[in-house]
Amino acid sequence: MTIPTTTDCPDLNGLFGTAVAEPYTDISDPTPHPLPKEPLVTIRPSRTRVPLNLRDLWAYRELLYFLVWRDVKVRYKQTFLGVAWAVIQPLFTMLVFTLFFGKLAGMPSEGIPYPIFAYAGLLPWTFFANAISSSGNSIVGSQNLITKVYFPRMIIPGAAVAAGLVDFAIAFVLLIGLMVWYQVMPTWSILMLPVLTFLTCLLATGVGMWMSALNVKYRDVCYALPFMMQLWMFLSPIIYPPTIVPGRWRWALALNPLTGIIDGYRAALFGRSFDWTALTISALVTLAFLTYAAYYFRRMEKTFADII
Amino acid sequence: MKPIIRVENLGKQYRIGERETAYATLRETLTRAAKAPLNRIRKVWQSGIEGLRRSNGRGSRDGHRANRFWALKEVNFEVPPGEVLGIIGRNGAGKSTLLKILSRITEPTAGQADLYGRVGSLLEVGTGFHYELTGRENTFLNGAILGMGRREIERKFDEIVDFAGISEFIDTPVKRYSSGMYVRLAFAVAAHLDTEILLVDEVLAVGDAAFQRRCFAKMQQVRSGGRTIVFVSHNMSAVRRICTVGMLLDRGVIRAWGDINAVADEYLASTTSEDGRMSRAETASFVVHQATICSPGADVIKPFGPVEVRVDATAKTDIRTPGLYLGFLTLEGLRIAGLDLRDFCSPPLLRAGRTAQLGFLIESLPLLPGTYHCELYLKDPASQKAEQVPQLLQFEVAETPVYGGRKLNYWFGSVGLKAAPVYSIGSPSVQMKT
Repeated sequence: MTIPTTTDCPDLNGLFGTAVAEPYTDISDPTPHPLPKEPLVTIRPSRTRVPLNLRDLWAYRELLYFLVWRDVKVRYKQTFLGVAWAVIQPLFTMLVFTLFFGKLAGMPSEGIPYPIFAYAGLLPWTFFANAISSSGNSIVGSQNLITKVYFPRMIIPGAAVAAGLVDFAIAFVLLIGLMVWYQVMPTWSILMLPVLTFLTCLLATGVGMWMSALNVKYRDVCYALPFMMQLWMFLSPIIYPPTIVPGRWRWALALNPLTGIIDGYRAALFGRSFDWTALTISALVTLAFLTYAAYYFRRMEKTFADII
Repeated sequence: MKPIIRVENLGKQYRIGERETAYATLRETLTRAAKAPLNRIRKVWQSGIEGLRRSNGRGSRDGHRANRFWALKEVNFEVPPGEVLGIIGRNGAGKSTLLKILSRITEPTAGQADLYGRVGSLLEVGTGFHYELTGRENTFLNGAILGMGRREIERKFDEIVDFAGISEFIDTPVKRYSSGMYVRLAFAVAAHLDTEILLVDEVLAVGDAAFQRRCFAKMQQVRSGGRTIVFVSHNMSAVRRICTVGMLLDRGVIRAWGDINAVADEYLASTTSEDGRMSRAETASFVVHQATICSPGADVIKPFGPVEVRVDATAKTDIRTPGLYLGFLTLEGLRIAGLDLRDFCSPPLLRAGRTAQLGFLIESLPLLPGTYHCELYLKDPASQKAEQVPQLLQFEVAETPVYGGRKLNYWFGSVGLKAAPVYSIGSPSVQMKT
């Protein structure tokens, strides 16, 4: 064995002062790419009108998938009852409502057993309410992401809504059980369910996105939200059929976009005829609000990182 | 060459206090909204029609300008592809703001930046890591957050795990990881981001020495791959090692631009301008006008660099053999080295009232980067006098790569050693017993 002396040491001075070139092994591409003619990204202060930039949203669709996946995974990992929570919430609300409104108050239910009538309304409502409360708080809760990485911020409230769909699907299994128990036969109108669910998602995204942007600026939102959702529940035909409202005032009820949707769910499940007027109003109000919310969100988005 | 990053007149204005008390409550906004018309009427009343015209336009906003400040102002620069730009400056100089604008996290108030390539930003390691999820799950989540596609992560997965060196824990939730493992995995994901432009903020200051060495190697590899990096750091050794171009930011304005070593020296010189110099002091027999320590022909003192120490002193009485003792101390007061002038020469008599320059020219000062003190004694050995100058001369050895550029800590002491590694297998002098 030979002990290296200083003369064997190739570049002693190189160890000090100047940088030592590291031997690199894999250079996949040693020559730089020719630069594109147009910049890929141009950063400048936004004008008053902010475009929606849906293309960017599409480019980040995989992130949406991963955020939904994270939300779902974390929720079921951290809770003891896990999946059961998706059923417990609407089930127990249904039991309480059946007792108080169905039995004690004798609420009419259009000839359908009250428990399944209430559950058919509570199912979309629970999804809707949970989606709004989680997406409303989503931006404020994702502070660490917003101040450190760029991606279209709309993905955050969007993912919160989409994660709720898993609970919705689980709670739906119980509905099938109830339908078998009460011997309610599905008809072809059940094919409308995906359309109605999609509409519910759009409405929840619109409201949730709007709330999440407002929440960044006004933390009042997180206090107002549960209260507002409670009011909204009683203003929607969940524990009562829309027919309970006198005909003169029916239009006011229909302005609530949830009226057409919830009524639509019952029509689809129990094979009754759809109230197309109410459903059209719901769809239009939903789309209009979603558009407004998206533009509002985009306008607020640029200040998120600074004021959150 | 055509630049890959072009920044023109970029500026960012913050309202003072915007970061701390960011969100208003609804009530504040409502009261402000209610008061606004009143204020406007008052303004109109005061300044007549002229005021009305202004309050409708930009004028009203100017009124609130007082509590705003520019975190960045009129920043212009271009980075050619393949360069590594190091952004340095004190805290609050606007480094992070610039990086945040370039990575589109926050929007500029003025100007424009054009980026001719995909941008990956690493402002933090492990953004979006979730404690409940396993290493594998977090790799995918973090990769997606940084902008990698699912296929891309799948392809690089083994390489990432290998780089982090945590393969046996990959299916353990990261809450069970040690902080070192956590950071290593996080950095490994980030290091495999394949964009043409990489924006990096201080993430190299993580992990143990071996891991830091691998990070350096990775950065060098990225650099030789022809990609462009913008790197913000306080660690001057790291900056000098990795970067090719430097930018010195000071209160939102570019102070210096160019060769990284020159810019880093300028930054260090600007932060230590008060050091290396002592003003008037007095002992029993001398008046010290000034004492300085500096590196001849350079802005800063570097490890193994030349150093000159000079003391200008006037004798109060006749000094038969003027002398000087110079001691180097750590901040804790530990004596590292000392020099006595009489071991080198014997100066002639210095009459009272005359001024002499005494000092040493040190060829190479083997001190590691850090802050040190010089202790000075003015002497007259012939009359048994040794009078300590009542002030210590403080100076800084600039952060320059020593020992391959790693971060030096307590274990390396204060003295730099010129050393070469020795390593071989199967030494004949030590036989393993079988």
